Amino acid sequence: MQTGQQRKERIDRGIRIRSDGLYALMSWRELSYLTLPRLALIAGMLTLPLVLPGMYWQRVVSIACIYALLALSFDFLAHFVGLVCLGGAFFVGTGGYLAAILNTSFGLPPVMTIPLATVLGAALCTLLLLPCLPLRGVYFAIVSLMYPLFAMRVIEALNIFGGTDGILGIDSFSSRWTEQYAVIGATLLFLFGTRRLVNMDIGLVLRGVKDNDQAIRASGMNITRYKTLAVFIASAMGCMGGAFLVHIYMWSGISQFALDFSILPIAATVIGGSGTLAGAVIGCLILVPISELLRDFGTLRIVFYAVILMGFIVFRSEGLLVYGQRKYHQFERWTTRL
Amino acid sequence: MEILIYGTINSAALALYALGFAMVYGVSRLPNFAHGALYVLSGFMTWFFLNSLGLNYLLSVILAMLATGMIGALMYQFILIRIRGMEISEIMATYAMGLAILEGLRWGGFKGMTYTLPAFIAGSTTIFGVSVDYQRLLVVAIGGAVVGLLWLFTHYTRMGLSLRGMAQDERAALMLGIDSDRMALVAMAFGSSLAALAAICLLPLGNIVVEAGYNVLILAIAVCIVGGLGSWMGAVLAAFLIGFAQILTVVYLGAHYQMVVALLAIILTLIIRPSGLFGRQKELEERV
Repeated sequence: MQTGQQRKERIDRGIRIRSDGLYALMSWRELSYLTLPRLALIAGMLTLPLVLPGMYWQRVVSIACIYALLALSFDFLAHFVGLVCLGGAFFVGTGGYLAAILNTSFGLPPVMTIPLATVLGAALCTLLLLPCLPLRGVYFAIVSLMYPLFAMRVIEALNIFGGTDGILGIDSFSSRWTEQYAVIGATLLFLFGTRRLVNMDIGLVLRGVKDNDQAIRASGMNITRYKTLAVFIASAMGCMGGAFLVHIYMWSGISQFALDFSILPIAATVIGGSGTLAGAVIGCLILVPISELLRDFGTLRIVFYAVILMGFIVFRSEGLLVYGQRKYHQFERWTTRL
Repeated sequence: MEILIYGTINSAALALYALGFAMVYGVSRLPNFAHGALYVLSGFMTWFFLNSLGLNYLLSVILAMLATGMIGALMYQFILIRIRGMEISEIMATYAMGLAILEGLRWGGFKGMTYTLPAFIAGSTTIFGVSVDYQRLLVVAIGGAVVGLLWLFTHYTRMGLSLRGMAQDERAALMLGIDSDRMALVAMAFGSSLAALAAICLLPLGNIVVEAGYNVLILAIAVCIVGGLGSWMGAVLAAFLIGFAQILTVVYLGAHYQMVVALLAIILTLIIRPSGLFGRQKELEERV
């Protein structure tokens, strides 16, 4: 038989249909079908610091989780609200500098500076981004890309916040275990928090803003209010990442506005699977260690992940997690075309 | 007087940076974020032809322009054609390409102060009591010539007219039998060659450094956005606006603020009037 006569069809697995909705509670098998992937991710992330050898790789996990927070914020804004923010570095820098100032000038401990920097930083970012919220598509993308560059040049030109040297002498965490579990805990919390959020009523409205904002407007809802809320949530994630970062490195400088923090999370989101949230986290857990392994090659690692990013965008735009989900939920078989 | 002369030179330089970007975006709605990388790449290619292969200066300039145009065309034909119309993928893919080129060059050892191109004509002259070297005057001359030739090309040749047709209304152009993909390919090749031309005119004024790629990209975007994305004459006028604004800040505030002006121009223009000062307002496409 010629291959032209056959086609592949995808069929949902029986257990997927059985475990849809309330019926999932009927048997252990169906319960575990639903919860196992989630529990595997949680358990995997919680045991990572225990199984990894040496402080170096534990530090890599912390950094990966910070990138994961950023990737979550990008994924949430881009695929659930329709605001493609290429300036994740702006959130990191704002959160980082706020935490650094709170710590060095006001003497607050990390327990206080991180939540404060998260909330204050998010408020500040939202306020600064407020004028460009009505913009759409490529216009918002370009303007958000310019924000961190602008902040960087302003700090350089005005020579404020320590200028090009940055702020030194920031407290570190009390032990590396608190550092690790604080970052991992925050990542998991925000991951499941945003997943929950986009499935609630407000998530529906936000997706409406993305797909057809005129319809939302016609329903008597204020688009700008919802966009502001979404930007606040996303920038809170980014600012928290930045605050963790300065306490881990005990240093805050203009390199926190660097393009790395804007590009790597986007690459991770594309690789992990756009619009899945968990994919963004998984993408970071893959990409950051790879980029660490390639550190010996200097700037070649940037070339490497730029090429990966390009390849995934052009040839495999669905990403790893969507692919995995399809294999988990469905099976494929060849059928004869009728 | 100094401000007037150096402002004009700076504006001509900005116009040269931006024309390639404006051309590609105007014709195919493709924001070419690899523009700065192509600029630097062509500078290094000219250097390579000149010093390693020992070719004639004019010959290596022409070769570098052709090669850059070729690279642009290949980028379009093999990668960008698959994601036409998906704005975000376009931005990210071109940006990733630019990043790969720039960081690849840096890894390849092309850094430091050793790479310079010779000026076309050495020496300097005095105009109204201000000393200007010939290369800078040449930049203004070439900038003017490029704008003039582009205007003639897009108004009086068949291909130029089809490019303009594409820029105005892609569907109508398709109905009139203009091959949209071929025209976009041509525009990408032309735009890349224009980046190469800018590099060849402007790089003799300093060293060839990888960092210039990022700055050129920002400046090109600034000019195009202030002038209105897709409007070529708007880009030229905006180049003068930003060019003089930059020189004025350098004179009255200090050189640190030069880049701040460009970035501020982008942010303010986008917030207040996203289609730029000279673009047609398309309210529904760009804002809610």
